[in-house]
Amino acid sequence: MSSFVAQAQQSRWARIKGSNLVYDFMHNPVAIVSFIIFATIVIATMFSPLIAPFDPYDPTQYDIMDSELPPSWELAGDSKFLLGTDAQGRDLWSAILYGTRVSILIGICAVALQAFLGISIGLIAGYIGGRVDSLLMRLADIQLSFSTLMVAIIFLAVTQAMFGTEAFNRYALYMLIGVIGIAEWPQYARTVRATVLAEKKKEYVDAARALGFGPLRIMLRHILPNSISPIFVISTVQVANAIISEASLSFLGLGMPVSQPSLGSLISSGFDYIFSGSWWITAIPGIVLVVLVLVINLLGDWLRDVLNPKLYKG
Amino acid sequence: MKDDVLAPNLIEMKNLEKRFALDDGFLETVKIRKGRIVREKREVHAVNNVNLTIQKGEALCVVGESGCGKSTLARLVAGLLTPSNGEIHYEGTRIDTLSGRKMLPYRKKMQMIFQNPYASLNARMTICQALEEPVRVHNAGISGAEVRDKVAEVMRSVGVDPSWASRYPHEFSGGQRQRIAIARALTVDPEFMIADEPISALDVSIQAQVLNLMLEAKEQRGLTYLFITHDLSVVQHFGTRVAVFYLGSLCELADTATLFANPKHPYTKALLSAVPQLKDDSPQHIRLKGEIPTPINLPIGCPFQSRCAQANARCLAEQPVSMLQPDGALVACHAVEEGRE
Amino acid sequence: MSLLSVRDLVVKFAMRKQTITALNQISFELARGERLGIVGESGAGKSITGFSILNLISQPGYIASGNILFEGQDMATMSAADLRTIRGNRIAMIFQDPMVTLNPVLTIGQQMVETLQAHRNLSRADAEKIAIIKLREVYIPAPEDRLKQYPHELSGGMRQRIIIAIALLLDPQLIIADEPTTALDVTIQADIMELLLDLCQSNKVSLILITHDLGVVSQMTEKTLVMYAGKIIEAGPTREIVNDPQHPYTQGLIKALPQQTAPGERLSQIPGNMPPLSDVPDGCAFHPRCEYATDLCRSTTPEIEDLGRVKVACHEVQRLNQRATPKEDSA
Repeated sequence: MSSFVAQAQQSRWARIKGSNLVYDFMHNPVAIVSFIIFATIVIATMFSPLIAPFDPYDPTQYDIMDSELPPSWELAGDSKFLLGTDAQGRDLWSAILYGTRVSILIGICAVALQAFLGISIGLIAGYIGGRVDSLLMRLADIQLSFSTLMVAIIFLAVTQAMFGTEAFNRYALYMLIGVIGIAEWPQYARTVRATVLAEKKKEYVDAARALGFGPLRIMLRHILPNSISPIFVISTVQVANAIISEASLSFLGLGMPVSQPSLGSLISSGFDYIFSGSWWITAIPGIVLVVLVLVINLLGDWLRDVLNPKLYKG
Repeated sequence: MKDDVLAPNLIEMKNLEKRFALDDGFLETVKIRKGRIVREKREVHAVNNVNLTIQKGEALCVVGESGCGKSTLARLVAGLLTPSNGEIHYEGTRIDTLSGRKMLPYRKKMQMIFQNPYASLNARMTICQALEEPVRVHNAGISGAEVRDKVAEVMRSVGVDPSWASRYPHEFSGGQRQRIAIARALTVDPEFMIADEPISALDVSIQAQVLNLMLEAKEQRGLTYLFITHDLSVVQHFGTRVAVFYLGSLCELADTATLFANPKHPYTKALLSAVPQLKDDSPQHIRLKGEIPTPINLPIGCPFQSRCAQANARCLAEQPVSMLQPDGALVACHAVEEGRE
Repeated sequence: MSLLSVRDLVVKFAMRKQTITALNQISFELARGERLGIVGESGAGKSITGFSILNLISQPGYIASGNILFEGQDMATMSAADLRTIRGNRIAMIFQDPMVTLNPVLTIGQQMVETLQAHRNLSRADAEKIAIIKLREVYIPAPEDRLKQYPHELSGGMRQRIIIAIALLLDPQLIIADEPTTALDVTIQADIMELLLDLCQSNKVSLILITHDLGVVSQMTEKTLVMYAGKIIEAGPTREIVNDPQHPYTQGLIKALPQQTAPGERLSQIPGNMPPLSDVPDGCAFHPRCEYATDLCRSTTPEIEDLGRVKVACHEVQRLNQRATPKEDSA
């Protein structure tokens, strides 16, 4: 019996290895390089407490006397601080590691929330159709007509004013996840609804109905797994978007506090010093942000090309 | 019908009608006609006032060209669509108004096979998952071993090796997929099978395999079939009775042998003559004028009037009703009724 | 001299993991005014044969070897510019689905005039006159009005007639029709086939009809090729092949038709499936499905042999014939 299971697993592994996805990946240098950079960033940030020489969240570990030291390769640089320090004397390398971690965490959690809301609403709208569909899609249209940033700015500014900065800073992470997650669900809902409408016409759904399966089973067991490719593609783009949204909000002072910096708040905190010659405080986190978003988008583009059956079969 | 006394009716359709709205939203129905704003709903009349019975143990074939409403009829009977008008009875119980839960026992008794074996199986489920699912849903509390036995038995009966169960549908050819789709329908031990063009997407040499499989299932399990097809040669082979449809209406209903030996409705005659024959003894092809009109605005009178060589003023004004002929056929045609030739 | 002569044509497709031989040593001749049917199941290579005659095989496919001599010129090695003077002009092609063959954003008239002007030096008015004549030839009512219509305004049968009219515009010597009626209804199919047959006969146009329907072939063509897994397995006059097929596959195909069996009886069936072109077995490609297969069939690919009436690629055909002849007499 166990050998049978092993055989099945082996064949599944062989199937993955032999799949078009993997084949295409291995023959696409852009995808490989993007993936390596992305994986490096993710692994580095995941282990940032081990890699980082300092803990940027601990004010006792940095000294105002070390403030605005340039990167170590500059003349005035200090070899202790690889990428220099910020205005408070915090090691920028450690701050970037921790900050990227916060940014990625917010990006992924916000997208998970978007996906949950959007997929549920899209499935229901597409499968039930009629008035429910009209109502939900008009809701989505309304939501889309407000820009994400506008909704987020209004909401965050109001809560900040209501509860005070200190309370706001404590829950900033969750609020960012919530706001970005709720503001962008229509992207998912629309995509999922469109695929559900296409899948619903296929005979396997009729076959399931003829077998007497209930709507919930048909939606979750039959239609959803067949709609997974576009969800996959949109998720990569949305993670990149969420990271940018978070950075923008933090840059505007409505996101992560400077004591727990994300990439956006690091960029923001350095912006005041850019004219006094301390370019690195803004520029280095900025480059990290651009590279991170770029590789995610490149991976997303590649995924879309591979998974889009129209392009692929054509 | 002469069999009426012998075989009880399994399915009875009374004045069955199905219309599809073409204009969905409210705004689409608003039109400007002669300077006035009116609300106008266009509808496709897919099935019109059909009375048909299916007797236990028979294979009733429904033939017609695309757009004649034969697939809609199959879906109505299978409960995938709700009729706009009329009733469907299953062994005397009206089923078209039943709610989801009360319908469940009938779902188990009737199963459907679809045209496209590439679309009728869920691409993300293994064969095993696809076949086990209906067994579990319809037999609450069944043990895992029993489910597996049942699935293996059904797979063997359709000639699919049970050891292939962990594969995905894309690893099978069209013919094998159609076998698997038939197996899936058989897992719940139905007594009535609705087959919507089950072989028209398959290659010639595979068509025979699947047709044989369906005949076998009919004999071994005593299945009753509603078989939808456009292929008359298959009808002649498979059907015990044939219903010819045109534009959503029943033209002619007769025993297969009677229909092929002595077609009466002008449309049936044209249809039979159009089948390309292998040997050169086919009767001269009867050329119909024009093409099938769209079922959006149905003409008053006989639906076939625009293409019929024998149409007269009465055909344009009055819709023919089905009349019993001496040899047991039911024909809806004024020309046949009046003996025009 | 024959109009078209295909000799030892090999077409290959370079796929990711292997190179697939889609057409394997295809040879046939077509005389002026002759009608040829190519029969086979999907994946047998019959459509690829049609495309390769026009040298329209696109990446990853390519013509690996062989000649396609059309009026003595080799289409396989011709320059792209020369090919364009033949395509549409002297060889026309009719495709399966009339719904997608016509460009939906151009009127029928624009498409017909465009085709004419691409090959002839004609004024718009002259081109329209020719278009109207051709539309009349395919029994399109009110052809002047049709020129202004868009494809979506016409029914499927009407569109296929217009496609035939476009194919005839430049008075081609050869029409290649790839499943021209599969997407149409039975009654319309019979009309279109009758029309195509009339036009070919009256204009002395050769026809290559690619189809899976043996009934259509037997009514339309004089010669037939039966293809299986990229090879011609039987070729000869259509009557001979339909009435007295020699290859076990052709026999199986004809016996499997429901007309050949009494109602309610089991149909005679060929077991198994046609192998995919990526996985053609050694020896005769049909041997796993053939009831007469011997060790020779499993190891050696049979060459196509001239048996007098027909050509057949089968090791066992001689022996089968000896066995079958007395049976035939008793029947």
